[in-house]
Amino acid sequence: MSAARREKETGGALNVFSHAFLILWVVLAAGPLIWVALTAFRPSAEILSDPMGWPASFHWENFSNAWNKANIGQYTLNSLIILAGSLTGTMLLGSMAAYVIARFTFPGNRVIFMLFAGGMMFPVILALVPLFAVMENFGLLDTRPGLMIAYIAYSLPFTTFFLTSFFRTLPTGVQEAAMVDGASHTRTFFQIMLPMAKPGLVSIGIFNFLGQWNQYLLPLLLNNEDEKSYVLPQGLASLAVSQGYRGDWGALFAGLTIAMLPVLVVYAVFQRQVQAGLTAGAIK
Amino acid sequence: MPPRFTPERVRYDRRYRTLDKYRFIVGFLAVPLAFYALFVISPFLQAIYYSFTDWSGGPVANFVGFDNYEKMWNDERFWDSLQVSVLLLVIAPVLTLVLGMFFAYMITSGGRHRRGRAIAGVAGSSVYKVVYFFPQVLSVAIIAVVWGRVFNTNSGLINGGLDKVGVDGPAWLGGDETLGLISLLTVISWSFIGFYVVLFSAAMGAIPKDIYEAALLDGAGRARTFFNVTLPLIWDTVRTGWIYMGIQALDTFAICLVMVPPHVLKVTPVFLYERFRDGQYGYATAIGVVLLLLSMVFSLIVMRVGNRDRIEY
Repeated sequence: MSAARREKETGGALNVFSHAFLILWVVLAAGPLIWVALTAFRPSAEILSDPMGWPASFHWENFSNAWNKANIGQYTLNSLIILAGSLTGTMLLGSMAAYVIARFTFPGNRVIFMLFAGGMMFPVILALVPLFAVMENFGLLDTRPGLMIAYIAYSLPFTTFFLTSFFRTLPTGVQEAAMVDGASHTRTFFQIMLPMAKPGLVSIGIFNFLGQWNQYLLPLLLNNEDEKSYVLPQGLASLAVSQGYRGDWGALFAGLTIAMLPVLVVYAVFQRQVQAGLTAGAIK
Repeated sequence: MPPRFTPERVRYDRRYRTLDKYRFIVGFLAVPLAFYALFVISPFLQAIYYSFTDWSGGPVANFVGFDNYEKMWNDERFWDSLQVSVLLLVIAPVLTLVLGMFFAYMITSGGRHRRGRAIAGVAGSSVYKVVYFFPQVLSVAIIAVVWGRVFNTNSGLINGGLDKVGVDGPAWLGGDETLGLISLLTVISWSFIGFYVVLFSAAMGAIPKDIYEAALLDGAGRARTFFNVTLPLIWDTVRTGWIYMGIQALDTFAICLVMVPPHVLKVTPVFLYERFRDGQYGYATAIGVVLLLLSMVFSLIVMRVGNRDRIEY
């Protein structure tokens, strides 16, 4: 047998194994999520007696129960309100700071940049206890503005870091032309530089959207007083615990489906930007 | 004054321009920096100070030196939690990175002679890349709830499947520490593998194709090409990923808190959180400081171990 032939045959066996493994991982990655979505249509008693079963008939009432009785509607609304404030704030403050750091020379420029970059490396859990006290002192504990501010503050390091390097890549000519035409710095920023930075803003915007929508640790710490004000992941986690006593598993699965669907859709639409944004986040 | 209200004669004056510039810089930096300093930097610095006090949430915090650290040293529950955390820190990155690298290699370079190119991804690789990433976009709390249901002893997906083939599945999260640890590792790796597939695919995609063509001409098979060409060329990314994954494993909080019942096992961040809930603020911050030191030591070790000459291409 020639060397080339042997190579091909071992390659063949490896090929089958590798392809099987790739497909197996598709099943493993998506399987639990599909199981949750299918089970969301089954009545609770059936889920308990036969967890692997196919939905015999579609029980849409699981979804209305989750939305109304299990408060998923309220939690979703809370998440949306918080996100509207925190995402706007993060993008505005982050791009302002990044623009100044990237485009102006002033004493302390480097130090401020390093200060933001350094913030990405510390474990959040270390700051938790004093943060709780700081929030309490400002009267921001268990309030929506408080949670928004916390989201913004903890998103700023990476947002500023990412946008600083992005603003640096933009051409200087346009900015100078605007200044010569008599535009103020503020006007140049909002009308010239921000529109030019749109691709960078979109990437980091999606990154922050997912990060803040999925946040669990900060709300658990800073927004734990009133169950009505829970955000979606927090509400689902507490629902999972309480369902152990109440037993409406159908509603829990429906709630999980409601929570997972929007992010998976956003991801499917923007998958390139999401993957680029999240992996850029790791290399930081 | 903004330019449009500024009289013509001073508008182009150098001193006016400088003043205008600094006014703008201060105006734009003030709010972001204030937020950042107040809610991120100051809590970190305070944490280090409070770890040396007996603070319990009230206005008084007495300096007690290393008492909290001594208490930690003698606290068996702390050591139990640290054992789990260190196991995660060591095993999770290896498991995740090896699988991530294998999938990434198949996706970028597994196919041969497809579309007339010497090396390309296997068929369907773009679909794989999208699906593998699913877990990464979900909230850790939701992942924990979903897997809590999957691992459920009586009505879970795994034991339900085992039932169908006539096997009585164990109580995954019920009481056995080893099974609990396996469950925890499964979920952590499951949620991060897609991320490393994308990360390593990007790094592998940047390797020039002619290097592969040369290797192929020399008769190198897939395994050989991987170990002698791909791995050395993406080593920097692997090392970064290793550190990142280790720190993620050490930070495991929500998955353990939501999915694993407290009597089975705890990781150190959960142990910290429980001390905080008990009002032992000083003790909790001291645990946080130890976690910070541990992640720094880990990063230094990985950087040392993985230090090789950088290959330029």
